[in-house]
Amino acid sequence: MNKLTANNITVSYEGSNIIEDISIELNKGEIVCILGVSGVGKTTLFNVISGLLIPDSGKVELDGNDITGKAGSVSYMLQKDLLLPYKTILDNVSLPLVIRGEKKSKAREITIAYFEEFGLKGTENKYPNQLSGGMRQRAALLRTYLFSDQVALLDEPFSALDSITKSNMHEWYLNVMDQIKLSSLLITHDINEAIILADRIYILSGKPGKIKEEIIIKEERPRSKDFSVSEEFMKYKKYILSLL
Amino acid sequence: MYLLLTKKLLNIINKISPILAIALILAVWQILSLTGIVPKFMLPSPVDVLLAFIGDFPLLMSHAKTTLIEAFLGLTIGTAFGFVIAVIMDRFPIAYKSIYPILVLTQTVPTVAIAPLLVLWLGYGILPKITLIVITTFFPIAIGLLDGFRSADPDAINLLKAMGANRAQCFLHIKLPSSMSHFFAGLRISVSYSVVGAVVSEWLGGFTGLGVYMTRVRKSYSFDKMFAVIFFISLISLLLMFLTAKLKDVIMPWDKKKNKNEIN
Repeated sequence: MNKLTANNITVSYEGSNIIEDISIELNKGEIVCILGVSGVGKTTLFNVISGLLIPDSGKVELDGNDITGKAGSVSYMLQKDLLLPYKTILDNVSLPLVIRGEKKSKAREITIAYFEEFGLKGTENKYPNQLSGGMRQRAALLRTYLFSDQVALLDEPFSALDSITKSNMHEWYLNVMDQIKLSSLLITHDINEAIILADRIYILSGKPGKIKEEIIIKEERPRSKDFSVSEEFMKYKKYILSLL
Repeated sequence: MYLLLTKKLLNIINKISPILAIALILAVWQILSLTGIVPKFMLPSPVDVLLAFIGDFPLLMSHAKTTLIEAFLGLTIGTAFGFVIAVIMDRFPIAYKSIYPILVLTQTVPTVAIAPLLVLWLGYGILPKITLIVITTFFPIAIGLLDGFRSADPDAINLLKAMGANRAQCFLHIKLPSSMSHFFAGLRISVSYSVVGAVVSEWLGGFTGLGVYMTRVRKSYSFDKMFAVIFFISLISLLLMFLTAKLKDVIMPWDKKKNKNEIN
């Protein structure tokens, strides 16, 4: 069943189209990657889906309801973790609940229950600058999840991390996703990351940016660590490289 | 081991060097005075100043009370005023464009020049003093806060908007806390301005206060008392600045922890 659909989205800036006629869909519990080079309009597309930007034409639907231009229904996470330096991790993570009107104490109570699952135990009362990059991204993802357990948009969430931390985070991420069944749409320019994480990959390319191809990664989840060095993986990678 | 010892020694020297420098100046001053190179009636020795301070201590304290009350009231109103102006200027770009030049203009007018006017308009009571302090203190606060509001990360504001936050929530969770370090930088300046402002306004008229005391001892050529009150005023300013720093640590615990982390 389609959780989220974006239909024929076109966005222009100063007379020329940035993205053109983009249609994507996301099923419940699915991880879908949007892969493309920098500047192709991935972030513009995300701004439309998150409701921060109104498209020139096209529609965004969540569970069949029109959410075009309405912020607050799907959650959003950027490469910058955007944890507020003046709030403790617990208060940072529970912020979406507070914004929604929950009392601070109640928001903390709800939030703290997830800390174990997300591997954040013990960081509750620390400030963001006392945490490593990987831990900060974990906190940012939990915040994203608490913001909306429906659909999460992740804009290059792991690209600022070093490669070892990154691969640990991939494993952690798939694990968590398995438990919380969050449908997520993930932007990346890293082909390996896309193949490791995604159920499906949309290739976005050209100027204006268009969906060039949709690739289904058939490998079952949970995926073994060896997947990233398997022949299957290489085939996907070869194919994607031939497209870009 | 040897290295460690020298490092420790260096550290100690580093810490006490400003104290040593001050002690040296005082010593030279005392010697100049004692040997009569500088006549006593022109420049009293540090010991004389200290004795004058001790001798007039109860009187100084009662005058200080007036000055501090004025400074405190003025600073509080000035801070509130600066805050309101900063919020309005941040919220409405047209307000920023129209008010900002006027704000700068008010700061180019020397305090000493408008103080007599304030006395003429508002009398010899506490009112002209507080007005003067408000005029001098609100500016660093307003500018500090305004810079702070503008330093807020636009991505963080976007994130909150995506969460469905309204303007007030964006302000409360992003803009206000991001401006705190700027605010305290402004407050540090305003605190010392408030004391100086109070003293200056007392020169021009009034019945109690350190400025009034200063005028009296100047007229009687008691240079030792004059110096005593000058040092006393500096001391009060320093103390208030220290308290401001402490207040900052309480209100911004995250900043303190960051510094500690950097040292470790």
